[in-house]
Amino acid sequence: MNKSILPNTAANLRNNGRLFQRVTLFVIWAWLIIFALIPNILVVLASFLTRDEDKFLALPVTIDNYLRFVDPLYVKVFLHSLSMASVTTIICLLLGYPFAWLVSRTSKRWQSFLMLLLIIPFWTNSLVRLYAVKLIMAANGLLSSALIGMGLINEPLQILYTEKAVIGGLVYLLFPFMVLPLYAVFTDLRQDIVLASKDLGANKFQTFWHVILPLTTPGIISGVLLVLLPAMGMFYVADILGGSRNLLVGNIIKSQFLDARDWPFGAAASVLLTLTMAILIAAYYASSKRIGKTDHNEVA
Amino acid sequence: MTSTTISNAMKWFSRLYLTLIYLVLFAPILVMVVFSFNASKVGYTWAGFSLHWYYELFSNEAMIQAAINSVLLAVVAATVTTVIGSLTALSFQRYDFKGKSVLQSLLFVLMMSPEIVLAISLLALFLMIGIELGFVTLLLAHITFCLPFVVITVSARLASLDNSLLEAARDLGASEFTMIRTVLLPIILPAVLAGWVLAFTLSLDDVVVSTFNTGASFEILPLQIYSMVRVGVKPEVNAVGTILLGISLVGLLISQLLLLKKR
Amino acid sequence: MSLNESSSMASAQLSEKKSLLRIRGLSKAYDNTQILNGIDLDIYDGEFLTLLGPSGCGKTTLLRLIGGFEMPDAGTMQLDGVDISTMPAEKRPINTVFQQYALFPHMSVFDNIAYGLKLKKVPKDEIQARVKEALEMVQLEHTINRRPQDLSGGQQQRIAIARAVVNRPKMLLLDEPLSALDAKMRVQMQSELKRLQRELGITFVFVTHDQEEALSMSDRIAVMKAGVFQQIDSPIRIYESPANLFTANFIGETNLFKARVLEVGEQRIKVEVTEQKEGYHPIRDLPKPKFDVQVGQSINLLLRPEDIRVYYLSEGHEGLVGHVVDSAYKGSTLDSVIRLQNGNTIKTSEYFNEDDPNFNYKLGQEVRVDWVDGWEWVLPDE
Repeated sequence: MNKSILPNTAANLRNNGRLFQRVTLFVIWAWLIIFALIPNILVVLASFLTRDEDKFLALPVTIDNYLRFVDPLYVKVFLHSLSMASVTTIICLLLGYPFAWLVSRTSKRWQSFLMLLLIIPFWTNSLVRLYAVKLIMAANGLLSSALIGMGLINEPLQILYTEKAVIGGLVYLLFPFMVLPLYAVFTDLRQDIVLASKDLGANKFQTFWHVILPLTTPGIISGVLLVLLPAMGMFYVADILGGSRNLLVGNIIKSQFLDARDWPFGAAASVLLTLTMAILIAAYYASSKRIGKTDHNEVA
Repeated sequence: MTSTTISNAMKWFSRLYLTLIYLVLFAPILVMVVFSFNASKVGYTWAGFSLHWYYELFSNEAMIQAAINSVLLAVVAATVTTVIGSLTALSFQRYDFKGKSVLQSLLFVLMMSPEIVLAISLLALFLMIGIELGFVTLLLAHITFCLPFVVITVSARLASLDNSLLEAARDLGASEFTMIRTVLLPIILPAVLAGWVLAFTLSLDDVVVSTFNTGASFEILPLQIYSMVRVGVKPEVNAVGTILLGISLVGLLISQLLLLKKR
Repeated sequence: MSLNESSSMASAQLSEKKSLLRIRGLSKAYDNTQILNGIDLDIYDGEFLTLLGPSGCGKTTLLRLIGGFEMPDAGTMQLDGVDISTMPAEKRPINTVFQQYALFPHMSVFDNIAYGLKLKKVPKDEIQARVKEALEMVQLEHTINRRPQDLSGGQQQRIAIARAVVNRPKMLLLDEPLSALDAKMRVQMQSELKRLQRELGITFVFVTHDQEEALSMSDRIAVMKAGVFQQIDSPIRIYESPANLFTANFIGETNLFKARVLEVGEQRIKVEVTEQKEGYHPIRDLPKPKFDVQVGQSINLLLRPEDIRVYYLSEGHEGLVGHVVDSAYKGSTLDSVIRLQNGNTIKTSEYFNEDDPNFNYKLGQEVRVDWVDGWEWVLPDE
């Protein structure tokens, strides 16, 4: 190669590095601007426009779409969706926190294996998995038959098409997203800090409350963010397991965009969802600052 | 000593807990696989071993095509995402440039955004540009939502990398690009591969983004299934799911064997 | 005061001291490896004891057992009469300074130090006063509201110490606390720690693998090898009178000369130095060693580099034949390496004196090696 016989002057080294750097940065900037920034701006803009039969969007500019959310019907759906998503998040947290802690305490080899095991179910489309879940949950399905067979219940289980089913489906699909950031935080947690707390007189609970919990809070918030908001958007879970009475915000957005073709309204719903997310992200920044992670621009 | 009996009990309790959760996680998968061989036409009760759902599946060309499309998309999306994402992580780690924090924040927001927000925003973009919905738009969408996850995975590895190794390479005369190619990349390869697997997983599993950003020219699995089973249960679904899982597991096995061979 | 007088005073002082921690028959194994096997130790109130030894000798394990972070497989530990053998760490009136300091990153310096006090439900104003006092002791009052991450390594070190001592523990455990510091900081901290220990009067148990550190700071050193105490003694006695070859080699530089026992008396023995095949075979009269000796037995004579005398041929002094292979100017001393006729190397360290300002050796120069009669220490031939 010609490059190898050039003198290794600082200028040459810098030039080689510079080109690579420039190309890389260009690609990243371009991608994020085109596919992340602009689309979101478009949605915000769309939310202030009016519905049009042919072109989806038209002037005049209006805030009607947001006002429509004041309608008790939509408020009810939003709150119900929020409550289902919140219950999902709490269950994922309660189950996932000890899970992540336990996995982080095993040997290194086991850890990679266990985390891989967590992902494998995803290697079959989540829609397919939900059908299996439906099979299990149905009134004449597997769980019901098993429980009746064991004599634990007398009548077939009626969980399908209830709120419980939607929550169950959401927990099932989103559980690993709670575990991943928690696992990352637990592996970062220094053992000697936990020992120092004991050394200074704290029992297990006090150590957990004063040391472990504050230091894992960023992981908790990451996990909550990765579960709560997607939960509100996963319309297909509501479709398959919840019937028509257990809608998520995602169902509204989908039906407005794909069925009713009322883009501005769907966009407004999306913006509201995004605002909820922004509030939670602010909480995340506040908490990671508190535990001393000064570089809070690191991606999570 | 009582302390050892307590810690033994803790050990068994934690094993039990982990096992239970994994069982629940895998139960539907198991059901899917087992019932794909179910002879019954109805679907809820076991009526004996049969391959007829697989035969039904193979005569359902649309479904097969959709499954192939999904896997293809996942592989391509994962590969492109891994390249862009790794380069991004590298730039964040090694270079200081204007607007770095803006980029990092954008990525963070991207990761936290619910998929549906991302999906409709991209739909708006594609329509505005005038692109026809199909493979390309879906690919672009998948790459976008997988990107932050790859960046995080590779960034985490880079953060714990020993810089003196890289400086040694430069000291011996390697250009930035050569150093990255011959020293840095080989060292962080496991993390890069982990990123690829993560992106592949997210893409294959996706339903939301796929619903909004593809068109009739490129059917993918979730939509196929959706349109088939709005009302009832079609057990071919179990067969196609089993096959997808099978393909991925075979892929995993092959990669493990290749890794072992290298050692 | 002569060396003998001061050392006997030290032992008298120690025997007057009461035993704060009594360890008996302590055993601990990990993964089928026996780290400690039934060891006994008495730690005296107010002393600075160092556990010294190579990696894997069990010193850190012992420290962790005392701290309560591990439970022993067998044996007992009595702290001030109370059996703490199976007491969990949080209940023991013992505090630890960790190797990497283990300061809580999510708390300020004040909260870090106050942590233990808050757990003991000490009233708020007393906490304020005691934290201030602890910070004054380590001269870091101005960092009270800062975060540990913003402080330098040396400062974090001192905060970790303050956090431990503010609880007024009966004993302070230090697990190689200086190993993460640079050389200059280390030396500074060594005298800091010593000063602190004297001021507080708390018993310090210090773990290190650095023998110079041990020598400069300790009241007593416990040399460990493979889970067994080789010698527990004051620094002087460990240096001048090591119990065995391992200890002699571990602390300071050693020169060993072969000798043969000629006569064995009640208090004293006569030996013949047999290092050189022919020629210089001086006969020395020495105190009888603690181990058994018989006439004709082969033994080692230990001499430290500063005990060796090197003579130019022109001085006409008798000695072992050798030539200089290395010589380094160390400021106050000239440290040389001399190879004897039989191939053994001797390390010497000679002070400059005004009579011979140009005192130096040429490489390869032939010399005679001898030492001051009576300065030998007898060790068995292992």
